[in-house]
Amino acid sequence: MLTALQQRFRTWLFRPKIESGTVTLTQRRIFILPTRQGLALGFVLVLMLLGDINYNLSLGYVLTFLLATMAVMSMLHAFRNIAHLEVRAGHADAVFSGGTARFVLYFHNHGKLPRYRLILHDEHGNKVSFDMPAQQDSEVAFPVPAVRRGWLSLGKLTLHTEFPLGLFHAWSYLHFDVRCLVYPRPLANAPLPPGDAPDGVGRRSVAGDDDFSGLRNYVAGDALPRIAWKAFAREQGLQVKQFSAQVGEELRLDMADAPDRNDEDKLARMTRWVLDAEAQGLRYSLRLPDGELPAGNGAAHRDECLRRIALFNLSDPSFDKLRTNGLQSWHVQETVRGELVEP
Amino acid sequence: MNMNKALIYGLLLSILMVIAPHADHLPLWVSTLCIVLLTWRVYLTRTGNPLPKHWLLLAITFVSVGGILVEFHTLFGREVGVTLLILLTTLKFMELRGPRDAMVLVYLACFIIITNFFYSQSIPTALYMLATLLAIATAWVHLHGQSIPLVPRLRIASVLLLQSIPLMLVLFVLFPRVHGPLWGLPQDAFASSGLDDKMAPGSFTRLSLSEEVAFRVSYTGQPPLREQMYWRGPVLWEFDGRTWTQGTTFAPAAPQFTDTAQPIDYSVTLEPHNKTWLFALDVPDRLSLPADLTYDFRILRKEPVKARLRYEARSHLVYRANLHEAGRQLRRALQLPPSFNPRARELAAGWRVGGADGAAVVRAALAHFSRQNFRYTLEPPPLGLHSVDEFLFETRQGFCEHYASSFVFLMRAAHIPARVVTGYQGGEYNELGNYYIVRQSDAHAWVEVWLDQQGWVRIDPTAAIAPARVERGLSAAVTDAAALPFMARNPPQWMRNLRLNWDTLANQWNQWVLGYDTERQFAFLTRLGMESVTWQKMALNMMAGVGLIIALFALFMLRHLLKRQPDKVQAAWLKLCRRLAKAGLPRAAHEGAQDYAARVATARPELADAMRDLAARYMSLRYCHAQNSEEAQREFIRRIAQLPACKIPQ
Repeated sequence: MLTALQQRFRTWLFRPKIESGTVTLTQRRIFILPTRQGLALGFVLVLMLLGDINYNLSLGYVLTFLLATMAVMSMLHAFRNIAHLEVRAGHADAVFSGGTARFVLYFHNHGKLPRYRLILHDEHGNKVSFDMPAQQDSEVAFPVPAVRRGWLSLGKLTLHTEFPLGLFHAWSYLHFDVRCLVYPRPLANAPLPPGDAPDGVGRRSVAGDDDFSGLRNYVAGDALPRIAWKAFAREQGLQVKQFSAQVGEELRLDMADAPDRNDEDKLARMTRWVLDAEAQGLRYSLRLPDGELPAGNGAAHRDECLRRIALFNLSDPSFDKLRTNGLQSWHVQETVRGELVEP
Repeated sequence: MNMNKALIYGLLLSILMVIAPHADHLPLWVSTLCIVLLTWRVYLTRTGNPLPKHWLLLAITFVSVGGILVEFHTLFGREVGVTLLILLTTLKFMELRGPRDAMVLVYLACFIIITNFFYSQSIPTALYMLATLLAIATAWVHLHGQSIPLVPRLRIASVLLLQSIPLMLVLFVLFPRVHGPLWGLPQDAFASSGLDDKMAPGSFTRLSLSEEVAFRVSYTGQPPLREQMYWRGPVLWEFDGRTWTQGTTFAPAAPQFTDTAQPIDYSVTLEPHNKTWLFALDVPDRLSLPADLTYDFRILRKEPVKARLRYEARSHLVYRANLHEAGRQLRRALQLPPSFNPRARELAAGWRVGGADGAAVVRAALAHFSRQNFRYTLEPPPLGLHSVDEFLFETRQGFCEHYASSFVFLMRAAHIPARVVTGYQGGEYNELGNYYIVRQSDAHAWVEVWLDQQGWVRIDPTAAIAPARVERGLSAAVTDAAALPFMARNPPQWMRNLRLNWDTLANQWNQWVLGYDTERQFAFLTRLGMESVTWQKMALNMMAGVGLIIALFALFMLRHLLKRQPDKVQAAWLKLCRRLAKAGLPRAAHEGAQDYAARVATARPELADAMRDLAARYMSLRYCHAQNSEEAQREFIRRIAQLPACKIPQ
């Protein structure tokens, strides 16, 4: 019943609003209600009070009132435990489907008071609990299982605490505009398609590629770091920096070459191909029905390929927005950084 | 969620602390069972073995509840309730698996604390309650923050407890007190210690060893002399050869006091004794409580005194009582069991020879006691069948009950109506609180005889043998004071003072904390300035007070959250900018440190080096986390302070 009430309270009070930047948990953002245990304590206190009255136990009154006031004070403590924290969303490294996306959130506690047992949870039952020392920044990774390829939005989070006595539930909503790119889960075992050249010819060293070779027009799905922002600032339209590598034989990874029946399996196979090709230091190009990437090599190229594969045939509202509104969605967090860990 | 070991030990400590005060009134097997169970749990926790199976705990529960049923013959009543509660709490501890169980235990522990107040509500009990509450709160905080080490945990719990005290006081003072009880008090409310309504050899020696307070008295005017302080309790009429009892009588008339003088006003705070009688000085005249004055001058309440009771009374120390006593009562006061104590009868008959009047016989009897080398002792030898004979002619050693009993026997044998009066005599004066403490060891038995023209006259045969008992108290009178408890003998003055100070404190506590009832509350609030106290007003004030205090605490607690730590580096930099602005070089809003420094350097070449250095340091301190150290900050601030003052106006 309490949860139903909470649900109604929530929908009535909380207008969904997606935020970016740093959020300070001010009084207006924090809600507080007694927990079931708090209500149980209330019941116990009423029983105690009846006993005090009946047996005229003065010390009983003292104890009952002490406990009642401790409960009330614990409400202030619970509130204080969560109030005036500053929260900012960080990045989330891309993961493979089946793995766990870790959305990093930065909490800043500038007060002199350590915060204990804060719990961050979402509507799907994912949660993480943490303490926060006084006057420090804390980095909290919120784990969300990645089940489908494409963009995984963090969605609305609830930060709550029941510290110190578990009698009151103080909470605040955090809805940051962050998302994590989820690559398809690579097939366990998929031999690379035969290359144009015999074995060994396509091999080259990994280092020293990424030479800037020029600009080309933006195509939906291009990685943000590759957008030539300076060119955009010069009003030359959205352009993408292209990097070319030295000459050498190329491996063509074409979706049409994948022997699987449906697209998802094909994409899974292609993911494996990209990873293997990269691991073997090959130069490889990618071809999907909606476009192709010239041959390349290196972490950036690999990530770009994986990204194309991950987003294949998915509508992407925020990128459409980027195109129509120019730079207004700047804050969209870039997700293709760092080392990949295979599931 | 797993429970960490420290948390389990914390809960264990709480449970032990709440159970410990009950140890002396729990059945021994229950205490033992609790200790065994808790020890078992500690063992399981230490070794990490699994908890006992449900069926085993269920079996233990059934067996022990059965045991309680056998022990008490019922499952209802307070004593049984407390025992059951403690047992079930201990058993709950055996199946403590998760936070939910722990919360149940915390609530149970709080409830057990309150049951302890049935037995004691003294100052030490209150302090112990606070300590217990702290232990419970510490475990409670631990339960909801298992990562917190002991010291912060203790600190959080104590802060919580201390912050609760002001609000608790407001609630305590203003919460409207209801005249209890809401439902019937159980019969087993209090075990009584104190005077009984019968007297046998040995019953007073037992009392004389008890240092417990019977009641406290404060006199409004000049206190009476010590030898006038006779506090009347049960009056005993009937003797079966060994034991004196009150006996029964029909339709007794109200007492008549004539020629009264020396009125004295006083107030008594009576400790609960679970009996119906109240104590007053001979003879009572007025009482602030509804009570009956019986034909033999006792004061009786309708209900036993189960809570500390305060009353004002007035007595007359000089009086003639029942000059016209009913014949039936006089006949009762002459009855003796036949065929007991022939030698005593003979002795009494001897005094009557020659037609001596009552007063002469009394004088003769008292003279007999004082001449015959009687001893006043705490350890009289046991007496046989003819108890009065043996005492009078053989052992000659006794306590007040022996003297009172044999004196009444002698009087009745000499055809003088007499009865035994029990009560308390004397008391200890507490200078600090200006009141008298009457203890169980002041229990006394004396005699009243009925004489023509005089009515009932008090005779204290003990005073004939040991006058010091009446004048200075028990320890001065008995020949074997070593048998008395230490404090009843003659303790050093400082110890006596300590005890009196403590008693003053305890008295204040009793009056103001434990005795804070509807009347006290109204009186106190009136004194605080509340006009025409009503419940509505109290409730309103209470809510306002509670709201105010919570608001104050909220303000206080959240204020330092809002207060940002000022950044020393930035403050120093801004101060420098202000100084430069006064020198005619204000920093433009859009200007960063570097640009500003460059502009200042151009305008004031003599400052160029210093400014460039400061700007570089400022940027590294503000924007480069790696280079930000306490030392670097201090250096930066020092350098700003060292900028030549002559060149920039301060």
